[in-house]
Order: sequence, then structure tokens, then C-alpha cells
Amino acid sequence: MKQVFKRPQSLKDIPFHFCPGCHHGTIHRLVAEAIDHFDLRERTIGVAGVGCSVFVYEYFDIDVAEAPHGRAPAVATGLKRVLRDRIIFTYQGDGDLASIGMSEIVHTANRGENITVIFVNNTVYGMTGGQMAPTTLLGQQTTTSPYGRDFLQDGYPIRMAEMLATLEGTSFSARVALNTPANLMKAKKAVRRAFEMQAHDLGFSFVEFLSACPTNWGLNPVQANERVEKELIPYFPLGIFKERKGTDYL
Amino acid sequence: MEKRLFIKGNEALAWGAIKASCRYYFGYPITPQNDIPEYLSKQLAKVEGCFIQAESEVASINMLLGASAAGARAMTSSSSPGISLMQEGISYLAGSELPAVIVNITRSGPGLGGISASQGDYFQATRGGGHGDYRTLVLAPHSVQEMHDLTLLAFDLADKYRNPVVILGDAVLGQMQETMIDRAYRPLELPPKDWTLTGAAGRKPRLIKSLYLKEGEMERHNWKLFEKYQRMKKEEARYETSQEEDAQLVVVAFGTAARVSKTAIRLARNEGLKVGLFRPITLFPFPEQGLLHLSQRVKRFLSIEMNTGQMVEDVKLSVARDADVHFYGHPPGSPPVPEELLEAIKKVYIGADP
Repeated sequence: MKQVFKRPQSLKDIPFHFCPGCHHGTIHRLVAEAIDHFDLRERTIGVAGVGCSVFVYEYFDIDVAEAPHGRAPAVATGLKRVLRDRIIFTYQGDGDLASIGMSEIVHTANRGENITVIFVNNTVYGMTGGQMAPTTLLGQQTTTSPYGRDFLQDGYPIRMAEMLATLEGTSFSARVALNTPANLMKAKKAVRRAFEMQAHDLGFSFVEFLSACPTNWGLNPVQANERVEKELIPYFPLGIFKERKGTDYL
Repeated sequence: MEKRLFIKGNEALAWGAIKASCRYYFGYPITPQNDIPEYLSKQLAKVEGCFIQAESEVASINMLLGASAAGARAMTSSSSPGISLMQEGISYLAGSELPAVIVNITRSGPGLGGISASQGDYFQATRGGGHGDYRTLVLAPHSVQEMHDLTLLAFDLADKYRNPVVILGDAVLGQMQETMIDRAYRPLELPPKDWTLTGAAGRKPRLIKSLYLKEGEMERHNWKLFEKYQRMKKEEARYETSQEEDAQLVVVAFGTAARVSKTAIRLARNEGLKVGLFRPITLFPFPEQGLLHLSQRVKRFLSIEMNTGQMVEDVKLSVARDADVHFYGHPPGSPPVPEELLEAIKKVYIGADP
């Protein structure tokens, strides 16, 4: 009998601790599948951000470095400059990447570091208990925007995938979602493409996931998926914002 | 053959890094240490090394963390405010047990301060500097020769202990030119780097981290680090003494303050005063045993510092209970002159306050 579905080699055989309906587990799986697909497990090193993301080292069966909050792209830069033939990826949340780590992500992209960045945007600080994130939508209530995010006080949610796509150093920038099977298949393709580009030395690749956080949104998993469709995607459109076809820029 | 070079302190240090096989440098411009990145941006390219001018000191120290995790010898340099920005990363390096060399060619402070020579960062350097219960090894050169030689040692000690090493210089040591002997680098015997992240090929995955959440883990990790610092105290304390045999008064000073003190002590000797010098070369570990031993006989000490009183606390903690410890401070702005220190020495010599 032909086996059509199994645990990716790059994931350890242990259950995820994430909350019910959280998309982190699915994102972990897609990243692991991409690593397996190109047979990169034994030469891949992950860099964990701070937040729910930090636990990638519990689940991936690969070498992992833990970075200070927001600094994963700088740590990845150091690793990649030493180990140019290895695959380096960071895994960061929205507080980590788009708030405290904004400087590092922008300059790492701008240098065209040949790494892959997995960005999990769930519009909220998950691990610390649901505070306002740089990607929190206008009007969205969080524990630190109890009356809803107000642009006069808090500014606007930041669209990272579009912003990084404007940089010359960025080779691939995409936003994907997991709320429907069709979106999930596109997400799988984008992650695969991001790692493929790195493996071919094509430069900085970035994949932003719109991710559900039912616990901190106060919704059940089904409602959370509906929110991704109705509220997140209209503000954070899905798609590929930049994709270099070759080494034309080098 | 040993060559003699006439070279600037910052360049002697940078040349030392290249000799010690450091091939990765990450830094951000700040005066008065710019000669180091300028020299290395030119020289590292010639030895297939990598120089990155980072977007900030925060990024520099974390690039250093990544390069170190990959097993490379790597360094950064900065000056006081930049070193303040690096403290989070230094704490992570210590917590993750990663070797790294961090050069602080200090400015004066607090705040933006000035670019003149200062020893105001003694506390920051010797007490860890960032959050958490940790220490960095701290080396304090007082000549261009030592800017070079202690850099060679710094890379070895970082690898030996898997711990960050700070080289604490200042504007005088970084900017002055002196003759230096370009000795061959003879590395210490070092443990194998069997912990580096290289990709889990044919082995179990490795992890570089400082997060410990499980019951008892954090406590065990802190005790493990503590034992390392105890071993440093036992094995790495370094100091220089001169004219202490017949001394009635011993001056304790490091770095630039020690240089000026040497001249002041010569002037004092010319006037018949029996004054000696105790110069800590490692600030952590502080050479407490050497000082304790000396204080069995000498009962009067004068800590001379280019600040308002920092190392004097370690001097007081080190000497025998019946020894007197005095302090003379010259806060930054201009460096102290020997005549000024001579006056302080004369006052303390007869038992008065400086």
C-alpha cells in the first residue's frame, strides 16, 4: 500500500502545545515539508524569535538558535555569513518582527541576506496574553487597546510583505493564509518557493502568514478562521508582492 | 622573526584579531574606536573574512551571536553608549554560553558624554553589564603592546570558557601610537567546539538558547555559570606589580590611569617616597588574591581612577582588614597629569586624604 501522508522528517514526533485552532502547528508543518521536499534537513538551521515562536526548537528536528526579541534576522545574518552553504530561516511573530525587530528585518532584507523569514501575523501578542501588536486592526480590542485600536493614538496596522517588497534587496515577498484548503495550498507553494530561492542563492525570501489566534481573539477556531477571511484578508491582501526570476540583480 | 611595529592602539588590537584567526567583524561607527572597523573592513577582505557595518549596535551584537553559534571566531567593537546598547545581547551570549570578543574603547559619560579617555564603565564591564546573574571576562590593556597581546588572549579565553570577553580600553590607548613587538600567536590548548550549529547531519539536533522554563532548570544553569566564574577567578587573575618590595604605599590603577601613575610613582621615588604599583590586567576576575597577599605587608593603598570611585570597591573587598584604602579620582575631560597624581600620593603617604 502506498503511504500518501506522514509526519515530515524535519518535525519531531511530539504533540504541539499550541492552543486549539492556532495556526502555528500548520505553519510548522508547511515549513518542515518544504525542508523535506528539497532534502535540506541536515543542513538547515532555524532561528527562533521570542513569543509563541520561540518553541520551534521543541518541534523541529534540526539545529536551532534562539534569538533575543526581534533580533532573529541579525542572528541569522551571523550564521549565514559563516555557513554560506547552509539553509538558515527565522520564525518570528508580529511583535517580534514588525515592532521591536523592525530595524533588523528591514536592514537584513535590504542587504539581501540569503535567508528565509517566516512571519506569523496574528494581529496580537499571543504569548504575553493578547496585547496590541503593530498589525492589530483598527477597532480591534486587545488587552492594551480595550476601546479598540484608534489610529489617532496607535497608528495604523503595518503591511510588512508589501513594505519589504519595496526594498531592492528583497527577492521574494508573499502573504498567505490558512483559513481555507485553497489558501493552504498556495501557502505551501509560497514556503516551498522561499526555501528553493535560498537554496539557489537567490537572496532574501519572506513569507507572511495570516494566522489565527482564537484564544486571544476570544473566538472559537471556526469563528477565528472566519475572521481571517472577513477582517484580515481585506486589510492584508494575499499574494506574491515580489519574486525575482533569476540572479539578474547580482 | 619578531618584527617591531610603530602602530596605533586600535590598529594593534585589530591586527591582533586577524592574527587570532578572527574572520568575522560586525560593528557600527562611533568615536573613538573607528580605526578598528576601518582597519578590519580593509584587512578582512584580504583573508576571505567578512566585515558587516550593521544598522546598529543592537544588530552588531546579535550578528556576533549568530557567527559564534556557527563556530566562528568573531568580534565587535564600540564605545560606551554603543556598548550600553549591546548589553542585552551580551547577556544572551553569557546565558547561551557563546564565546565572543567585545571591545569597548570607552567614551566618557553618562549620556552622550564626550570622547575623552574615561574609566567610567568599570562597573558596567565588571558586573556583567546586562540583566541576569552573569560575568564577562574583562581585560584592561595599558599600552599598545597590550592592546595587541590581550586581544590574542581574549579570543583564547572566550573559547576556553565559552563566555564573552570584554577588552576595556579608552581614547588614549586606542588613539596613541607606540612601538610594539609583533610576536607570533601561540594559542592556548582549547577544548573542541562540539556544540556549534552546523546543521544536524548524522547527529542529533543542537540547540543554542538561554530560555529555561522547566522546574529546576534555571537554577541549575545559574549554578553552572557560577562554577565557571569561580574557575575564572582561580585560573585567570592577572596583574603587574612594580617597586612593591619596600613600598609603604601601593597605588592600585589600571589602563591609562596606571600609565600616568607609573610616572607619578617615579617622581615620588625621586623624592625618596617608597611607593609601589599594583596594576590589575584582568578586571574580572579582579586579582583579589594578589592584592590580599600584598596587603599582609603593605597597609596603605591608593586607588587612582579616571572616574569618581568604582574599582576602589574591589580594592577594599580584596585587601586585609587592617589595610587602609584611599581613593583619588580624576573624572573625564582631560587625562590626569603625573604632577597631580604625585600630590595625591604625597598626601596619602603621610596618612592624609588625597
